[in-house]
Amino acid sequence: MEQLQINLTKQEIEFIRKELKREPNLVEWGIFEVTWSEHCSYKSSRPVLKILPTKADYVIVGPGQDAGVIDIGDGLVLVFKIESHNHPSAIDPYNGAATGIGGIIRDIMCMGARPIALLDALRFGPPTNPHSIWLLKNVVRGIADYGNCVGIPTVAGEVEFDGSFERNCLVNVACLGIGRKDRIVPSATYRPGDLFVLVGGATGRDGIHGAAFASKTLSDKSEEDRPAVQIGDPFAKKVLIDATMEVLETGFVNGLKDLGGGGLATALSEMTALGNTGADVDLSKVYLREDAMTPYEIILSESQERMLFVIDPRGFEVVKKIFEKYEVPYSVIGRVTNTGRLIARFNGKIVVDLPSKLVAEGSVIKREAKKPKYIDELRRITPPPMPDDLEDTILKLLSSPNIASKEWIFTQYDHEVGIRTVVKPGQGDAAVLRILDKNKAIAIKADANSKHTYLDPYNGAAGSLAEACRNVAAVGAKPLAFADNANFGNPENPEVFWQFKEAFSGLAYMAKGLGIPCVGGNVSFYNEDEVTGKVVKPSIVVVCVGLIEDLSYITTMPFKLLGNYIGIVGYTRRELGGSEYYYWIHKIAGGEPPKANVEDENKAINFVLRAIKQEIIVSAHDISNGGLAVAALEMAITGNLGFRINLEKVPSESMRIDELLFSESYARFLVEIRREKVEDFKNLVREINVPAAIIGRVMRNEKVEFYGFGENISYDLKTVSDVWHKSLENNIRRHL
Amino acid sequence: MNISDINVAVIRFPGSNCDLDTVYVLRRVFNLNAQLVWHKEFKDTKWDAVIIPGGFSYGDCLRAGVIAARSPAMEHVKKLAKEGKPVLGICNGFQILVESELLPGALLMNSTLTFICKWVTIRTETNRTAFTLSISRGALLKIPIAHNEGRYYIDRKNLEELKENDQIVFRYVDDRGNPSSDANPNGSIDNIAGICSLEGNVVGLMPHPERASESILSPSKMDHGKLIFGSMVEYIRRYL
Repeated sequence: MEQLQINLTKQEIEFIRKELKREPNLVEWGIFEVTWSEHCSYKSSRPVLKILPTKADYVIVGPGQDAGVIDIGDGLVLVFKIESHNHPSAIDPYNGAATGIGGIIRDIMCMGARPIALLDALRFGPPTNPHSIWLLKNVVRGIADYGNCVGIPTVAGEVEFDGSFERNCLVNVACLGIGRKDRIVPSATYRPGDLFVLVGGATGRDGIHGAAFASKTLSDKSEEDRPAVQIGDPFAKKVLIDATMEVLETGFVNGLKDLGGGGLATALSEMTALGNTGADVDLSKVYLREDAMTPYEIILSESQERMLFVIDPRGFEVVKKIFEKYEVPYSVIGRVTNTGRLIARFNGKIVVDLPSKLVAEGSVIKREAKKPKYIDELRRITPPPMPDDLEDTILKLLSSPNIASKEWIFTQYDHEVGIRTVVKPGQGDAAVLRILDKNKAIAIKADANSKHTYLDPYNGAAGSLAEACRNVAAVGAKPLAFADNANFGNPENPEVFWQFKEAFSGLAYMAKGLGIPCVGGNVSFYNEDEVTGKVVKPSIVVVCVGLIEDLSYITTMPFKLLGNYIGIVGYTRRELGGSEYYYWIHKIAGGEPPKANVEDENKAINFVLRAIKQEIIVSAHDISNGGLAVAALEMAITGNLGFRINLEKVPSESMRIDELLFSESYARFLVEIRREKVEDFKNLVREINVPAAIIGRVMRNEKVEFYGFGENISYDLKTVSDVWHKSLENNIRRHL
Repeated sequence: MNISDINVAVIRFPGSNCDLDTVYVLRRVFNLNAQLVWHKEFKDTKWDAVIIPGGFSYGDCLRAGVIAARSPAMEHVKKLAKEGKPVLGICNGFQILVESELLPGALLMNSTLTFICKWVTIRTETNRTAFTLSISRGALLKIPIAHNEGRYYIDRKNLEELKENDQIVFRYVDDRGNPSSDANPNGSIDNIAGICSLEGNVVGLMPHPERASESILSPSKMDHGKLIFGSMVEYIRRYL
């Protein structure tokens, strides 16, 4: 059998033979290859992921299903999920990114919810090299063309540039949906006799073994894998969304599954394994886009825009009419059984007969973990000297593609459709979407910091979650739950697996400490390049959602009013390791990165939420990339107001001006305090016992100024504004 | 006429995606009897006004709006237009009206060659239309655009005719109200953002009034889109 080159380990092959007590046929081996791939089975990561907290009284569905579901009261639920489409996007950025959007939307619909927002977390090589710009432009266009067309706004995200992503770009996409609690599609209540109805696009040869392709590293042969990238059709998807929403209203949908990695094979086995049922389907009933497809190709095809419905046969006539109205193709391909087996027939012959659970559950592989040498070496560097010209340094930092405004990207996304987007891209730390007909809103944000995580996976991952929560709190929302997307290199490499384990320990520490559950996750391994030997910096992208109970407390980032005070919340440590300042100004990837501390985070978040509620502050901005300097400038630029900030007032152990300006210590916010609320601010600081101080004032829209320790750094607002607004776009145009 | 007795149809084509938003605003902000109507079911009976919403009808295949323009629904829209009923095309709806020849000119790919979503300022050029009746000439409105193909084009001769006939409804302008080239987001000829039919009851515009009808959605906390639908209500009350 080995000469068939089955993409499974020897042990797995033996295990399958033993379980089945026979030799699987070719179609069956193909199914195992895909469903037991890292991508589908999480065989390396499953034991590690278990350490995350997943429970809270408002969690309805946690990790392990298509998407997490949380209760937000009023009979409503939020459904959200994040997923990666890294490998396909590295090969075919336009279609790879577009189909990433398509897949995540289907996941939300599967739970019975209407998708209302998209987010994208993107990582590329520096935008000075033509390959990186090619990837960036096409990924953005892929997301825009798909998301805009289906009418789901892309409301937030983040973009990071770093050499490690040059060939292996990271494309993580998230989707948020809202639904009625009583209409959630339960995952496993179907009964024998229910119909499997395949709906949507025709099945073709595209995407076969896409999941297996995502479970290996990129090589110079990866171009040959281009057929493993699916092609999206947002128009078909849009019609499918409308039809699905109408069908869900009928109440006859007993199950719903998106056809993603592994196609029908994964969907049928996962659905029946969860429900302890079975499936008997006829592959010749699947409508095809291409001639002469074999059962192997049909059951493994990852063609896009397909959904598998489980329909109560009593309601089939009603459901059928809806599909016909929208002219959405459909076909009854089989029935639910009670045998626990996945049976597929083709032209009257049984071609697959496997226990659903065996197919769906896959194996678990214990991986070795070993601390990489680079960590201690890089962290122990001597701090570089302070630059002579700080004025120039800040301007330079503002022009870094990691700092400069991302408007070149987000103006290509329709972020308004749906008329829910209250806080739009560039206006706040998180997007805010109102809930129609209610006085409530949802805040959502995706965050990661690969530079910190590379130097210290534990604290970097904990910090990524904390930052996502801080961003959600900055707009006035209480963080409720998160989903994570881990992006790592090859898990068979013990040093990569060590990063992975450390990162999840850090994530679990922060999640437990903040008391927010994980409701979904995705792991993407093998993000490395065989040709250059480059491995991506480990990145845990966290999507956090929060709830705003009253629309009048929505808070944004821009400075609001001349004469208001500027406050800093949190303690500034000498933590420049992995900072944007080191990376962009000193070209150093090293130093001690910030340490995450649960108590500090809780205090800072609690403080900001209460200060918003008590109407003490009118603007809030999390201090992260680029430190205090960048946070203050962003508030000034977006608010078109100036400021004066005294660096001597900043609570800190440091007296070095570059540390005060650029440290990326966690658990900090910059806030704008109403001029008449200074006493209330101080009282709240005392009550919560958080390090905080008033460090400056909002000034006229002419000048921005940092001073203290004998230095005075000032600019025209217009100068910094132009640099911040235009650098990314200019950079892209220059290198086209 | 009682406001809830005003019947407005919002036509849904496959791929429309601002349909529900438009219905929401007409119902919740204006309390009109607004209905979402599937294009195949649209007839010219009972409606006091019809709105063709934004989106990507038929996935923008061939050319934005061109397939929807061939739907039998558009014959009914033409009949309503002839009767003097208000007809509004927003974004993709504007493209459909142009492709159906209810409005002159063409909408080309943006000069930036990218999709553009942002808030812009438009100047009201005429208040003789069914959708600008209650807006004063020269009034500046803050409103968002979101499109790939919004660059209005018409040849010189017909542009002169548009001007002579007072058919230019909105122009993109800067904060001071000047139709400068910097204020023109997509390269539209003469900064045109919206036009009307000779009679003034059919209007097409690229910006989205339904996204600007509630102050909570506007970065400047205005609700200027409301003026456009409000004019429609006023027009129906006055003339129909």
